[in-house]
Amino acid sequence: MAAAPAMEMPVRDAVLSLTGINKRFGAVQALTDVHLRVDAGEVVALVGDNGAGKSTLVKVISGVYTPDAGKITFDSKPVAPRGPAQAQALGIATVFQDLALCDNLDVVANLFLGSEHRLGPGLAPVLDEVSMEQEAWRLLRSLSAKIPSVRIPIAALSGGQRQTVAIARSLVGNPKVVMLDEPTAALGVAQTAEVLNLIERLRENGLGVILVSHNMADVQAVADRIVVLRLGRNAAEFKTEEVSTAELVAAITGASDNVVTERAQRAKFTEKGDRDD
Amino acid sequence: MTDLRRADEPGQAVSLPTDLADERLVAGAGMSGWLASVGTRLKGGDLGNLPVILGLLVIGAVFYAQEPTFLSSRQLVSITQFAAPVGIISLGIVLVLLLGEIDLSVGSMSGMAAAVMTVQIVTHGHSMIIGMLAGILAGVAVGVFYAVLYLKVGVPSFVITLAGLLGFQGVLLQVLGKNGTVNLPDDLWLVEFARTKYVTGTASYVLVVAVVAVYLLAHLYGARRRRKAGLSAPSLVGLLVRSALMLGGLLWLTSYLQAGGGRGWGYLWLFFVSLVVLMDLALRKTTWGRHVFAVGGNEEAARRSGIKVGRIYLSVFVLCSTLAALGGMLIAAQLTSVSQASGTTDTNLTAIAAAVIGGTSLFGGRGSAYSAMLGILVLQSIQSGLNVIGADSPIRFMITGGVLILAVAIDSVARRARSSSGRG
Repeated sequence: MAAAPAMEMPVRDAVLSLTGINKRFGAVQALTDVHLRVDAGEVVALVGDNGAGKSTLVKVISGVYTPDAGKITFDSKPVAPRGPAQAQALGIATVFQDLALCDNLDVVANLFLGSEHRLGPGLAPVLDEVSMEQEAWRLLRSLSAKIPSVRIPIAALSGGQRQTVAIARSLVGNPKVVMLDEPTAALGVAQTAEVLNLIERLRENGLGVILVSHNMADVQAVADRIVVLRLGRNAAEFKTEEVSTAELVAAITGASDNVVTERAQRAKFTEKGDRDD
Repeated sequence: MTDLRRADEPGQAVSLPTDLADERLVAGAGMSGWLASVGTRLKGGDLGNLPVILGLLVIGAVFYAQEPTFLSSRQLVSITQFAAPVGIISLGIVLVLLLGEIDLSVGSMSGMAAAVMTVQIVTHGHSMIIGMLAGILAGVAVGVFYAVLYLKVGVPSFVITLAGLLGFQGVLLQVLGKNGTVNLPDDLWLVEFARTKYVTGTASYVLVVAVVAVYLLAHLYGARRRRKAGLSAPSLVGLLVRSALMLGGLLWLTSYLQAGGGRGWGYLWLFFVSLVVLMDLALRKTTWGRHVFAVGGNEEAARRSGIKVGRIYLSVFVLCSTLAALGGMLIAAQLTSVSQASGTTDTNLTAIAAAVIGGTSLFGGRGSAYSAMLGILVLQSIQSGLNVIGADSPIRFMITGGVLILAVAIDSVARRARSSSGRG
């Protein structure tokens, strides 16, 4: 890698790492030489303005798009997932923004949709509801999730609870990396807190988490590392505790002379002035 | 005070079944708890089969008041026998409605299959088995054709089946030739099956006891598995009470249908009920059924979770056309003839209306196999009742139309209640 940026050496082995990813749609170079690394038990936030290439990168990782160039290493093996099902089988689960839940089915049915437990070989097509319900409770417990019953249709759940179900569903195949695309975009304050708690829980369970978000407050609340994309390139990378919102915004917009940074600067000066007095 | 604190300890919560441990769950125990939960469900617009059953009771009461012979055993047996074949067609409609699609051609399909079978048997002198196979194959072929048009070409099912409605009527006329009517021989097994075979006497009571025993054992086994797995299970007493009520009710009905000149349970009706029960089990207990509901609820989500959506559509279109063919052949056997009018009059709309009246949503993802049975019983009761009091078919059409509107209106109001109480 000629263009290896000045980055500290990873302490642990990355569970998922991407290097030199390029993706082009016709005349648009959506991703240029993008790299990304996630460790086990780490939350990496992926931020960037509209059109920065976040969604494209998510789709490359989840196997929806094949990159034109670049290497994806998962669990120290090179992989090239083709389609979400294959990525899921490898151990990379994605929770898309629209959640993809069936409103008319109950929580258990949604959790195991497409990978239902069946009774023994003699009764191959018959559902094993008991083992699915047990497993559902185990999953929801491991997330300390607040779902009143697993036998009510999804339509009866709140937005946060639906997000919980979608995240729990991504864990059904025991993945190592979970990717969340704007999980708090449509949620209220309490529900957002619930989902952020859930992300903490994923980290505690030793999963690598990639969090795509527009919301700086959420990102700073829960992420360990923040990767900023701009115009399809890696613009910056921060440790969460070492970065201010202003710096993040500057990295996202690529300019230090915008309204937000100016106000932050002013605030800093006034603060200094106060202290000098 | 000590008690309160102990309830919060984790050790205490473990003794509760896993699925009832959430403190926000409003679940009562025992009989009162069950009644309360039924009340909340109804208020929330989750009406289930209740409106249809109430409807049946009202229909029974109204016609009985007009003409007491309406509830005679003879009349009830004839209602079940005439309901069965169209009910089988309606069962297929339930399936396509679950996917949010429609099949407008089931009437023509039934007529065509009946004509194909009859011509094979009567004109070409083949055996009954060959004739029936030909009819069934016609159904399968039409289902495959629909699925290919829908999936590969992308024509809406409404249009495909509207074309089928016209096309198969043409095939019916073509196959029947100049005569217009072909009679089936009276001694054909299928004709006897549809007209003269009844389960009576000891056999009928043994059948009822066996059915209830299977019901009870299956539920006991299910409850035991759930309890072993640490999940809540329905109470034993409730199950026994339900089984006892079921046994008593069915035994009484069985004896009533055989008294006063009634002939008991017809083979045809029992065949239809078995199909309904099988379909219900397939829909609720198998991966295929789960996937049908998933595709009807959110096709994109189903596709993304790895369900082969195309196969689900194919299976449902094929089943619908095949059930229509089967129903058509049974109608022909019941009438001992196929004519140019077979399947063309109101078979189509009766089958579709029955599924909707029974409570299957027109918008996909909601419904049950039993709605075909309940819906067709409502429509057939109205028809028989109007015959009994001597009303003509214009009145019958108008009343059937009114009932259909009423059923859809109830469904719409219930849907609104559901969405405001969060039951989707």
